[in-house]
Amino acid sequence: MNRVLFKGNEVITEAAIAAGCRFYAGYPITPQNEITASMARRMPESGGVFMQAESEIAAINLCFGAAVAGTRAMTSTSSPGFSLMQEAISFLAGCEISCVIANVMRGGPGLGNIQPSQADYFQAVKGGGHGDYHNLVLAPFSVEEAYAMTLLAFELADRYRNPVILLADGMLGQLMEPVDLELGPPASFPTRDWKLDGAQGRKPRSIKSLLMNDGVLEKHNYHLAAKYRTMQKEVRWEIDRQEGSELLVVAYGSSARAAKAAVREARAQGLKVDWFRPRTLWPFPSEALKDAARRSGRVLTVEMSLGQMVEDVKLAVAGGTPVDFFGRPGGAVPTPAEILAAIRQSLSRRTTV
Amino acid sequence: MKLANPRPEALTEFPNIYCPGCGHGLAHRLVAEVIDELGVRERTVGVAPVGCAVFAYDYWNFDVTEAPHGRTPCVATGIKRVLPDRVVFSYQGDGDLASIGMGEIIHTANRGENLTVVFINNANYGMTGGQLAPTTPLGMKTTTTPAGRSESDGRPIRIPELLNALDAPVYLDRQSLHDPVHIRRAKASLKKAFQAQLDDKGFSLVELLSACPSNWAMTPPDAMKWIGTELVKTFPLGIVRDRT
Repeated sequence: MNRVLFKGNEVITEAAIAAGCRFYAGYPITPQNEITASMARRMPESGGVFMQAESEIAAINLCFGAAVAGTRAMTSTSSPGFSLMQEAISFLAGCEISCVIANVMRGGPGLGNIQPSQADYFQAVKGGGHGDYHNLVLAPFSVEEAYAMTLLAFELADRYRNPVILLADGMLGQLMEPVDLELGPPASFPTRDWKLDGAQGRKPRSIKSLLMNDGVLEKHNYHLAAKYRTMQKEVRWEIDRQEGSELLVVAYGSSARAAKAAVREARAQGLKVDWFRPRTLWPFPSEALKDAARRSGRVLTVEMSLGQMVEDVKLAVAGGTPVDFFGRPGGAVPTPAEILAAIRQSLSRRTTV
Repeated sequence: MKLANPRPEALTEFPNIYCPGCGHGLAHRLVAEVIDELGVRERTVGVAPVGCAVFAYDYWNFDVTEAPHGRTPCVATGIKRVLPDRVVFSYQGDGDLASIGMGEIIHTANRGENLTVVFINNANYGMTGGQLAPTTPLGMKTTTTPAGRSESDGRPIRIPELLNALDAPVYLDRQSLHDPVHIRRAKASLKKAFQAQLDDKGFSLVELLSACPSNWAMTPPDAMKWIGTELVKTFPLGIVRDRT
């Protein structure tokens, strides 16, 4: 055990270094500046490359270049910057290049504010950029999990040659918690028989997503779809259940923390409430959620938005279980007391049905 | 029979799909000849643009990646920063470099990245059918300036001169591909630019005036002549900076 107190943002840097990430490019934006600042220190110390880019567009494309050359690369940003990165993320997906992108979400739309938010769920999970593609999306809810998930993000990005989004929020980024730095297996590096490093003693390679000949792009999309199906096995979730549950509260990231506190209080007051937390948002834990929802008979989804993940919750239960929603937008964080009130309301609806 | 100019090893046998008289074929070949003469084919990584040269990877017999439109210098920088002993270059058209990618080229040049940029100026957007480019001369008709480019459309941007305002670049040059004499000069400039990178000197850029007969609505010979008599008035040829 090697427990060290870390800020969420800084632990992402520490995990990236441990994962063998040796290229980082970023652009200043609140509330993720600690990642960029700690990378500026840690990358050179670790023999890696740090670059402050002229924009988020440049940052992600610098990563594209480093990743094309076979290096583990990452960038980090917050919501408006994540919007600017979408084009290149689509290129990463199309070219099948691994890269890790941390989005420490803030309030939107537009410039919004710098308070924590979960309103970029659609953008991260449903594509964000153009074309038929999927990101792997990991949603940590503690500083320690941010460490473990950053390690995992690099493993998955390499395994599937796919962009991986680490979807955090401003609260997690600023939170300080102890972290066991000996978590997780040592970094493993799959053979990169696709990288571009000069065609020494081999045939030249090209990396491209432009596939103009008749039917070639359609075939490429089927190939990607098959890969996305194999990625389904990376689904992860956490559940806290008790006998006789009458409501399942579903939340991820920081709102799952508030929801957990609310569920604890509800149980102390004698209410029968379970708690379910998707740890991967894509793939989404639909099967596990469907089963848990069926057991409880009613679902309450809690988000720091006006309802984005709730659409995937509804798809998962496929009309089999009623789904309620409580959320606060624009950088407002739901309090455990507000969630407890929503829990009571859901339970009252359950009995009146 | 022995060919006087055999195919460079760095050029594949992929059939030329550029329009008759297009300068890209010449530019591709010059880059390939320079790569061969410098003996670096097996340690070169090229970055292809979005535009007519988007298929550059089919023509070059070395590693080539695509890049999002205009982000070509960023992708080249990412490669070069993690593989500093490789030869890395971006190949960009005027829309890619001087319009959508203007921010990227300026900052790449300003950091003095040790890479080479081959900048093809054919005064219009070729791939999309001949629209106004930042490099279109005043008065020139394009599909989006049917009455000819006016000053309110912006005036032609001279990239080497613009980058000459920065301290970092070591080599900035403009040459032309309109006749054999100029083609030879263009090759010498490209070689100098790549050599600067091999010598770890820093950022080099060579602009090449390149014919686009299809969109200029000229025959290839007329297009070549027009470069030599007209286009050079807007884009004077010669080395803008040489600190190699």
